[in-house]
Amino acid sequence: MYDVVVIGGGAAGLAAIHSAYDPTLKLLLIEREKTLGGILKQCIHNGFGLHHYKEELTGPEYAERGILSVKDLSFETMLDTTVADVEKKSDIFHITIMNTELGEAVIQAKTVILSTGCYERTRGAIQLPGTRPKGIMPAGSAQRYLNIDGYLVGKKVFILGSGDIGLIMARRMRLEGAEVLGVAEIMPYSNGLTRNIVQCLHDFDIPLYLSHTITDIKGIETLEAITISEVDTHFQPIAGTEKTFEVDTLLLSVGLIPDIKMFDSLKFDVSSLTNGAIVDQRYQTSIPGLFACGNALHVHDLVDFVTEESEKAGRFAKDYVLKTKAEKRQLITIDPGDKVRYVLPQYLDITQNFDETVLSLRATESALRGTFNIHQGETLIHSKKARFVAPAEMERLVLKRSDLVSEAPLKVSFEVGT
Amino acid sequence: MKKEMICIVCPVGCHLEIDENLKVQNNKCKRGEVYAKKEILNPTRMLTSTVRINSKHQARVSVKTTDAIPKQSMFKIMEMLDDVALEVPVNLGDVVIKNVLDTGIDIVVTMSLKA
Ligand SMILES: Cc1cc2nc3c(=O)[nH]c(=O)nc-3n(C[C@H](O)[C@H](O)[C@H](O)COP(=O)(O)OP(=O)(O)OC[C@H]3O[C@@H](n4cnc5c(N)ncnc54)[C@H](O)[C@@H]3O)c2cc1C
Ligand code: SF4
Repeated sequence: MYDVVVIGGGAAGLAAIHSAYDPTLKLLLIEREKTLGGILKQCIHNGFGLHHYKEELTGPEYAERGILSVKDLSFETMLDTTVADVEKKSDIFHITIMNTELGEAVIQAKTVILSTGCYERTRGAIQLPGTRPKGIMPAGSAQRYLNIDGYLVGKKVFILGSGDIGLIMARRMRLEGAEVLGVAEIMPYSNGLTRNIVQCLHDFDIPLYLSHTITDIKGIETLEAITISEVDTHFQPIAGTEKTFEVDTLLLSVGLIPDIKMFDSLKFDVSSLTNGAIVDQRYQTSIPGLFACGNALHVHDLVDFVTEESEKAGRFAKDYVLKTKAEKRQLITIDPGDKVRYVLPQYLDITQNFDETVLSLRATESALRGTFNIHQGETLIHSKKARFVAPAEMERLVLKRSDLVSEAPLKVSFEVGT
Repeated sequence: MKKEMICIVCPVGCHLEIDENLKVQNNKCKRGEVYAKKEILNPTRMLTSTVRINSKHQARVSVKTTDAIPKQSMFKIMEMLDDVALEVPVNLGDVVIKNVLDTGIDIVVTMSLKA
């Protein structure tokens, strides 16, 4: 029986096992791939680690730091091993794993940390019009083919979605010799960093079509052409604005979703706002002993915060195993209010000792200046001014235990302006 | 001729204009002026890419320039990287090309791969 099993060996899993480590505990890290590091291994560009390591690293370098940090700790690692199912029976987790050596096997654990990352939305999730030829794929898959397998998926490329992954891939494919004809974004603004707009698009004269979406796809076997149209304020295509591009590849960069499908049998509460587990400030899900962190919990834009959050999840999982008596939870809710899309954690367990806890949230609007407010019942208990707020960037508020004035629910809202 | 550009030094993202006499406009602070002038006189970029490797697990290994290289040399360096083929083991920081195009900047491996 393991004390702590961490599922997924990316940035989140590495940080979680690092802080869950205790010489008296039996720990296991399970990773589907043959090496640790997760998505970072294919993100060969620069821009990671400015907060956590105070220097700018590439994705693989950040991953390697994480791997090095756990090198001297004695815990078990199973690589090339996929978790197919997790069940909880009379307080024990039963984890079904599959690998070439054991075939299918079941292992047992007292606590489990889910750090399985996220997956990319595909064509089905956004309902593209037209035919269904080959050559349409998520941008992250193309990134993996190119950066790990050395295979350029196309020569004439168009990209739908202007998030950072799409922008990074536009530059990457251009540098590798592909022609990138443009990037279309349905919103009137890009969700990508300005630095990426400048250095991935402007540097290579790649046009960005804001308020545009794809309205036709042509090609029977393989992709031949796509048509984009401008959209109105209700996101409806405007007739007469069509532009057609002959391309062999369409990359989709249209969103990431926490990858927790394989844990359906656990039936923990899932948030419709984050598509990840609902957790308290210890990153514990609705199932005692089950923790979640990283992109499997909510999609992060900065790996540094994945590391920070997952270190905490690991530490709380360790405390959970080491504690001697059963505990009761008393949860108060933390809800998103005006102009806030989601807040995490969704619950505060007030039976727990804590001095302060970090709330992660996303605003629904961009603003140069604004104020985040936390109300408990009717009372304003915390305010923080913020600059350069954008929906694509996660915001963080520090809530102190001493801020609390009652046991009423909390609500976090955003006010645009001074 | 005026040239337009977005300043990326801070999140304000001023839309700058710079003319042939290097006169910068629309910058909210001095740093924007410095940025715009550098973008005209000597624009530089970090370059990250991959090179071939004979690892069992992957066909490519990631590399980067140790410092920002002149922007116009990006494609030339990409071509030079086409001719590189590494053999495992490699370690993070191993030099792939020393003093690339006489810039004083090296190209190094950004991940370790075992034999
Ligand atoms: C294309 C891209 C570009 C990015 N650019 C930046 C950037 O410039 N700067 C920055 O700071 N951040 C960036 N990020 C964000 C950051 O890299 C990620 O948020 C972070 O690395 C996620 O770590 P993770 O451990 O949660 O997930 P992952 O790295 O995805 O790790 C999850 C791991 O779980 C494993 N796994 C999944 N399911 C199972 C299973 N059933 N059984 C066993 N193992 C399983 C997977 O194989 C994987 O290794 C980027 C992300 C992407 C996708
Ligand atoms: S000019 Fe100054 S204020 Fe404007 S984006 Fe550049 S650094 Fe920021």
